[in-house]
Amino acid sequence: MCLAIPSKITKVENSMAVIDVDGVRRECSLLLVEDAQVGDYVIVHAGFAISKIDEASALETLALLREAAALMEAQGGEGNDPGV
Amino acid sequence: MAIKHSEEYRDADLARPLAEKIRRTSRRSIRLMEVCGTHTVSIFRSGIRSMLPTTVSLLSGPGCPVCVTDQAEIDAFIELARQKDVILATFGDLMRVPGSTSSLQRERAEGRDIRMVYSTVDALTIARTHPGQQVVFLGVGFETTAPTIAAAILTAAQSRLENFSVISAHKTVPQALEALMALDGVHIDGFMLPGHVSVIIGLNAYRPFFDRYRIPCVVAGFEPSDILQAIASMVEQIESGAPRLENAYPRAVTSQGNLKAQKILAEVFEPADACWRGIGLIPLSGLRIRQAYAVYDAGKRFALKLPEARPPKGCACGEILTGKKTPPEPECALYKKVCTPMDPVGPCMVSSEGTCAAYYRYYYEQRTTRND
Ligand code: SF4
Repeated sequence: MCLAIPSKITKVENSMAVIDVDGVRRECSLLLVEDAQVGDYVIVHAGFAISKIDEASALETLALLREAAALMEAQGGEGNDPGV
Repeated sequence: MAIKHSEEYRDADLARPLAEKIRRTSRRSIRLMEVCGTHTVSIFRSGIRSMLPTTVSLLSGPGCPVCVTDQAEIDAFIELARQKDVILATFGDLMRVPGSTSSLQRERAEGRDIRMVYSTVDALTIARTHPGQQVVFLGVGFETTAPTIAAAILTAAQSRLENFSVISAHKTVPQALEALMALDGVHIDGFMLPGHVSVIIGLNAYRPFFDRYRIPCVVAGFEPSDILQAIASMVEQIESGAPRLENAYPRAVTSQGNLKAQKILAEVFEPADACWRGIGLIPLSGLRIRQAYAVYDAGKRFALKLPEARPPKGCACGEILTGKKTPPEPECALYKKVCTPMDPVGPCMVSSEGTCAAYYRYYYEQRTTRND
């Protein structure tokens, strides 16, 4: 399952990063992207950042997803599938 | 607040005008295929089918990695689980897929060491902390997942981690598109191309396929509005008779793709023939571990021989993956009667991305809320 939530890098150590996925902290490997740095937004697949995306589109996507989530919450909707 | 996809999203400001545009422009009856399990789920969840005119049919193609995994490969995974001192590491969706005589879940219940991991990084950690055992990662997936597995093999090689290996059952998308077009009884007017596979391989990777078949091919993102945008574009291309290879997910996909990931992939893997469930052998549609990294190839390390395997009797997964059938009865006689997500017969009912599972979960409620 592809999760397309833009995640912000908050820490980099060796080739691993700590990312913020809309408020949830996770780790991902940076081996598959060129010079990702703290503050960059990345798309993560199976524990690896696979693409950097520019901040403007990342924030736009996050805003859309939050709007959808707010609607869901108001409806008492279902949870997300775990991403693989 | 956690981010979720939304049923209500269909009414979002972005989606409605796109759906209207499709209804306005679509004249011919067309069949569009998505080749990505995440697209399949997003289409069902957001109710996109109910927004489309009857002229536009959406087919779910071979885009769920677990669903296209050949029966013989599933049997080989089970065979490996039974070897002494082996720990299998796998993504969760494979656990319940029925092999010819067992499943990984059943093997685990019988005491085999099978662990679900989120990423190959976790599998490497298991190998480091269990030096006396062999850790084998089940490499199933497309071009998005394959580089993460290649990176793990390179890491193992650099750190001389000797008890880690991979069984490579990876598949590649452009070759599958070719094979689908050549199949008897399959009719497809346009392809919605997978978002994250395309992040890795880039738009140009589809160019040879597009030049040969000249049908609309549009890379799409995963939000309902992304998907509707791709459909609108394919409808417009078909109506105007001017097919294009188009990138409708430019915030993540480029023409070249992710060159670093491609380099790592090519360092470890080389193209090889592969068997797809429902399609059969497709030349050069798989990835085999190169000779230089042969010590990390579990197939070689354990001298695996694949016995003749038969897909489950009565299961129409093969026809469903190629768009010849859609699951609600009577097209698959087992659907909902014998085959359910709790007790699946075929992989398309097991994986959360499988077409049968998606129909099971969303189809009936959508029929009752259809508004077109
Ligand atoms: S409903 Fe079950 S048996 Fe029928 S095609 Fe789908 S997975 Fe196979």
